[in-house]
Amino acid sequence: MSAFASDEAARVSRHLLRRRRWRPLEIAAWLAPPALILIFPSRALLINEILILGLFALSLDLALGFGGLVSLGHAAFLGIGAYTAGILASRGVNDPLLGLLIASALAGLAGLVTAPLVLRGADLTRLMVTLGVSLLLGELANRNAWITGGADGLDFTVGRLFGVFALDFTGRRAAALYSFVVLFVLFALARRVMRSSFGQSVQAVRQSRLRAGALGVPANRRLIAIYGLAAAYAGAAGALIAETTQIVSLDIFDFHRSADVLLMLIIGGPGYLYGGLIGAAIFVGLRDLISGATPEYWEFWIGLLLVALVSVGRERVEAALARFARRPYLTRPGEAAP
Amino acid sequence: MMPSRWISSAAFVAALIAAPAFADDNVVTVGLILPMTGQQASTGKQEQAGANLYIQTHGDKVAGKTISLVVKDDTGAPDVTKRLAQDLIANDNAKALMGFGLTPLALAVAPVATEAKVPEIVTAAATAMITEKSPYIVRTSFTLPQAAAPMAEWCLKNNIHKVVTLVADYGPGNDAEKWFSDVFEKGGGQVIEKIRTPLKSPDFAPFLQRVKDDAPEALFVFLPSGQGAEFMKQFAERGLDKSGVRLIATGDVTDDDQLAGMGDAALGVVTTHHYSANHDSPENKAFVEAFEKANPGMRPNFMAVAAYDGMALLYQALEKTKGATDGDALIAAMKGLSWVSPRGPVAIDPDTRDIVQNIYVRKVDKVDGALFNVEFDTIPNVKDPYKASKN
Amino acid sequence: MLTILFDGVAYGMLLFVLACGLAVTLGLMNFVNLAHGVFAMGGGYITALLMNRAGVPFLATLPLAFLIPALAGLVLERLLYRWLYGASQLDQVLLTIGLVLMAVPAFDYFLTDQAQQIHLPAYLEGRIEFHGVSLGAYRLFLILVCGLIAALLQIFLVSTRFGAQLRAAVDDPRVAAGLGVDVERLFAVAFATGSGLAGLGGALAADVVGGVDPNFPIKFMVSFLIVVAIGGSRGIAGAFFGALLLGVLDVAGKYYFPSIGAFIIYAVMVTTLILRPQGLFAKGGA
Repeated sequence: MSAFASDEAARVSRHLLRRRRWRPLEIAAWLAPPALILIFPSRALLINEILILGLFALSLDLALGFGGLVSLGHAAFLGIGAYTAGILASRGVNDPLLGLLIASALAGLAGLVTAPLVLRGADLTRLMVTLGVSLLLGELANRNAWITGGADGLDFTVGRLFGVFALDFTGRRAAALYSFVVLFVLFALARRVMRSSFGQSVQAVRQSRLRAGALGVPANRRLIAIYGLAAAYAGAAGALIAETTQIVSLDIFDFHRSADVLLMLIIGGPGYLYGGLIGAAIFVGLRDLISGATPEYWEFWIGLLLVALVSVGRERVEAALARFARRPYLTRPGEAAP
Repeated sequence: MMPSRWISSAAFVAALIAAPAFADDNVVTVGLILPMTGQQASTGKQEQAGANLYIQTHGDKVAGKTISLVVKDDTGAPDVTKRLAQDLIANDNAKALMGFGLTPLALAVAPVATEAKVPEIVTAAATAMITEKSPYIVRTSFTLPQAAAPMAEWCLKNNIHKVVTLVADYGPGNDAEKWFSDVFEKGGGQVIEKIRTPLKSPDFAPFLQRVKDDAPEALFVFLPSGQGAEFMKQFAERGLDKSGVRLIATGDVTDDDQLAGMGDAALGVVTTHHYSANHDSPENKAFVEAFEKANPGMRPNFMAVAAYDGMALLYQALEKTKGATDGDALIAAMKGLSWVSPRGPVAIDPDTRDIVQNIYVRKVDKVDGALFNVEFDTIPNVKDPYKASKN
Repeated sequence: MLTILFDGVAYGMLLFVLACGLAVTLGLMNFVNLAHGVFAMGGGYITALLMNRAGVPFLATLPLAFLIPALAGLVLERLLYRWLYGASQLDQVLLTIGLVLMAVPAFDYFLTDQAQQIHLPAYLEGRIEFHGVSLGAYRLFLILVCGLIAALLQIFLVSTRFGAQLRAAVDDPRVAAGLGVDVERLFAVAFATGSGLAGLGGALAADVVGGVDPNFPIKFMVSFLIVVAIGGSRGIAGAFFGALLLGVLDVAGKYYFPSIGAFIIYAVMVTTLILRPQGLFAKGGA
């Protein structure tokens, strides 16, 4: 190794380290949800839903925003997580944390197993394969009613968190805080991973698989890993849904779940980790607001927003916003060195 | 990054969360949670219209309180139903919850009702065991065993002994299959084959071909309302109507909401159910007339009448408690209540909190040129057989 | 046995008629048009409303069920779709999901959520006995019409100058334009054709699938997509044979193994895409 190469390596790792630091705005933003939960306990549930869907959208962001893998069936992993947590609880294993761990491990495993299918072919094939897998799983859950409860849904009781905090209606604040902590821990982990050399190489693969290959990055292994991680995150989101609502039904695999999460991520903007969280807040907020006014026709306005967003050009919207402030988290390849 | 997007979305969410929740002691808020979008949207529409009609015809004042109905769309997803139920209780101070289009949606709310001690009036979901999940659940719709078991008795009385059953493969379908078969076989009948069809967009052709090969005397069918039209068309198209197989069903298949558009393929189908828009009583005539006036182009079905009766139940309970909205008092008041609904006399069974009602045997026929379920036999005061069997 | 085969073919034709418009927009033009079902629903509503409210005979409504959605498709193509031809398939998915979300409540608002039924004329109802096999008259009619549509489309899109130009323009719009092809007009016409076919398909299918209601685009989205995904790009023939295969497998599966009925169609799709990511009937190397 020449002195130049090791110099360069040191510079890169310094750069990565610097980008790992939390900025004041980020810290302030993360303090907001627990504060809101404590100040407005009656809306704890709305916040809980936003947090969980935010985690689900974050999971899609890992696959799509960072790995470049589009999906129309991301609900498959949400469903695996939810049913795992639900089935465990209904069979007596009702510790929430244990359920969460097993659920996200299983979903992650499912992600690793199905990842090779998703790597093949073009975007269209990916959309169809992911959609097909989620539909197959939904049908599987429907068929095996002896364990999943079939179309009646599966209801169960979840134990107390650490044996102390109930997650039911009276414990709705605890439930929202539980979701918040899980989201925060997983987010911090994702942030750390995406700013590591692994994360950088995944993004390099997305930008150009050929070039990354030439640099010696094993493209397929990187994508499989990130897809597995994304699946585990979705599984955790599913487990949170199951544990904080104490019911799972076939609807969890439904197409609309996969479509909604895609919308959330796009509204918030993919590729910088916060997009899913912002998108989930906007989506759930808008839905709550509009469907309060017109319960039958709220979808129309969401659709209109989407059509407008795509027609104006997502990139242009993002670029306009980026002009306000430089994005420190999304670094384009050319900008890596200061 | 983008402070502007952060700040605007944070401000938006904060504003949303802080939205004022008014609490007025004289207002009783009732949360009506229904699937208003998606596959079950027609259920939601009928229910909403039924509940609104009751308030419209009886006024929004009862026992010194003003009733305020808040409609929420749960999109058919149980986690959303549950969140909305909790929101309505915690934030809007709702004193009763109503609606629930499907079994899992009703089950999702059961623990909330128990904990918050708020009555959950189920006006749609029909799986029998729902009311056992919380002492605060009361039902004004029906249970599938209630509709299916009388059909078996009618068959036995009318010399039908060999039947094939065809049901949609989910909770209510399995309930219908079980209760029809059990009663039918106990009475000496023979169920040759039990067919279950997938719940989502099925093509009935292969299943109907099996029926044709089995050549039973009658085919018993339960399908969620909405699939009935397609089924009957294919039944006729396959010539099963002409090959001597009688079509018998629960009333979901000839749902009043859809029946008018079904065409002559539906003529002669015999069903058992608790409500027909053609029911001959002054209460029903007034109900149908008011409903059609308030909702042009719509005919009330069993969902609308269940929501209408859900409101009736709540009004009477409030009168009995003299306006007290405490959940235990309301439930105690609801138990044993009886009144005359547009569908006929009904009562709330004090032991099971499920509805006791007449089940009518009906035949699809033309009345003034339009298709209706015409009632020709009545089995009075049917209790839910599932719960009766457990005692 | 023969009846099952016939039913399978008839169901396959139903799938084809629902999906043939998409075979043009997605299969040939490579645009992930999830809003295909909206045009199909439009066609179904036109036929149902004309028959039920104006008493127009069934066959006479079919040209309108093609033309009006085709015009609507043309308008939308000029306004929205054309900006996204070169864009990522993700953007196309988002735009068309947005359109579906808008169309469902809009149809619900104006036409209520009750299903509109189509009542076939007497000569298309009932059954025809043929060598011991009894065939539904309308299913037979569907098979004939679908065969005709498939043949015409295949000729139109493959053997004519228009077809050759379209395929060239999809592959490389810049080169095609350089060679004097009016790419914009070509795409507009092709898109309108696809939308019109969707409308015609919706009108023909409405009777068998229990009428049209505002949820139609969502209810059948998966069915359309499966057919085109299995059939592969490049041509109507792929979608035609893909639909046939699916129809026969699905009906036979449900008849002989009712307990696994609904699995078959998804399993066939996923397996096909794993083995042949470009679809079963794609030309080699496509």
